[in-house]
Amino acid sequence: MSDNKNGWKDIPIGGMIKKAGNAFEYKTGDWRVYRPVIDREKCIDCLLCWIHCPDSAIKVEDAKIVEVDYDHCKGCGICAEVCPVNCIKMEKEN
Amino acid sequence: MANRIALTGDQTAAYAMKQIEPDVVAAYPITPQTEIVMSFSQYVADGEVKTEMIPVESEHSAMSACVGSAAAGARTMTATSANGLALMWEIVYIASSTRLPIVMPVVNRALSAPINIHCDHSDTMGTRDSGWIQFYCENAQEVYENLIIAPRIAEHPDILLPVMVCQDGFITSHAVEALEPFDDKDVKEFIGEYKPEQTLLDINKPLTYGPLDLQDYYFEHKRQQSEAMLNAKNKIPEVFDEFEKKFGKKFDFVERYKLDDADIAVVVLSSTAGNVKVVIDQLRDKGIKAGLLKPKIFRPFPDDEIIEALSGLKAVAVMDRSESFSNQGGPLFNEIRSAFYESDKKIPIVNYIFGLGGRDIDLEMIESVYNDLMKIVEAGKINKKVNYLGVR
Repeated sequence: MSDNKNGWKDIPIGGMIKKAGNAFEYKTGDWRVYRPVIDREKCIDCLLCWIHCPDSAIKVEDAKIVEVDYDHCKGCGICAEVCPVNCIKMEKEN
Repeated sequence: MANRIALTGDQTAAYAMKQIEPDVVAAYPITPQTEIVMSFSQYVADGEVKTEMIPVESEHSAMSACVGSAAAGARTMTATSANGLALMWEIVYIASSTRLPIVMPVVNRALSAPINIHCDHSDTMGTRDSGWIQFYCENAQEVYENLIIAPRIAEHPDILLPVMVCQDGFITSHAVEALEPFDDKDVKEFIGEYKPEQTLLDINKPLTYGPLDLQDYYFEHKRQQSEAMLNAKNKIPEVFDEFEKKFGKKFDFVERYKLDDADIAVVVLSSTAGNVKVVIDQLRDKGIKAGLLKPKIFRPFPDDEIIEALSGLKAVAVMDRSESFSNQGGPLFNEIRSAFYESDKKIPIVNYIFGLGGRDIDLEMIESVYNDLMKIVEAGKINKKVNYLGVR
């Protein structure tokens, strides 16, 4: 717990976070039990999974889905649920 | 002669708030605090202050609005009593943990049940571990002065903790006293402008308040709060000095009354100290060396000052206007006794729980406490550690 984290003298008081966008630094990927795996052959790039993902973990470039950000994906399965062509499978993590 | 005005304790608190002129007041009326909210609302309605008054629908909302307001960088006040304080409980802790310098007059009233609207300290003593600084006032003048000094303590950059200024319900809150207020200008100068280091509304320095804080950092934030309370103990005297320079009045954590040559003494908070002083004068006329120690601040606990003040005595009675149901006496007694554990002086200290639910505490009862103390000195031992004074 205390390996390389700051002590009480070196952190902002009252739990204040002084840097915006810091949720990115909190890797929630290890919460996952099931991982979404996208079958790019079947995917129609409708982006419904991207807009529904609560962790912004579906990565898109040029309006095409490129990958799942497994550092932050918690494996909630919403993407698989909303996919209209059933191209996302939830696979058990090892 | 100084300007004197006739005000109740509640009106006094509202008058101090008028002079402080906080940016925001969010409050809900509750007996016996009602007159604070009522009087202050009148100042707002009459345009005597520019304060944004938020009439909320509950005390939980009152303190929630205060947290938001203080986080946004506004000087913020509220006021409450008893069950109102109990209802805002969750946010009372959030205010101190988020290190927001909110100032709150509290008019002490018994907690339910059974329902009772009269004075005891069960409400604020319940919040003694909430991380708020606590003043206890003997009379309206103290309510006034403690409220004027409170924002300076709360907003001190090394402290940043909220402050409660407690007065006794009805006894102080509804009795008219002659108040000697300071000039508006002097109060404004003393308090100064509130310039928080950071605020929630500064878009150039984005800031998050109150995030999730789990096993990895919560403990560190609690450790900071402990340090802030320790800083309060060390820095409050500097504010006392500035207060004295500005207003010519000496301030201290404790008040001693005829204690220097005393053999026996009572320790008590708030308005009862006034009754005790009368009894002491009567006992002194009979040649009995009786004294009083009145802590004015309970949080941070003035342990050194209390030990120093009581060390020369032969027996001490601590009077608590609240019961902790620990079988170990009231909170003031417990902390004073604990403070003495490491002292070389082993003084017999007994506890009297009194005045619950506004039960009268008269001069005879207080005299009986001094009589008990004389018997303890004579016998060299305590018969009963925890006593109940004035109960049938």
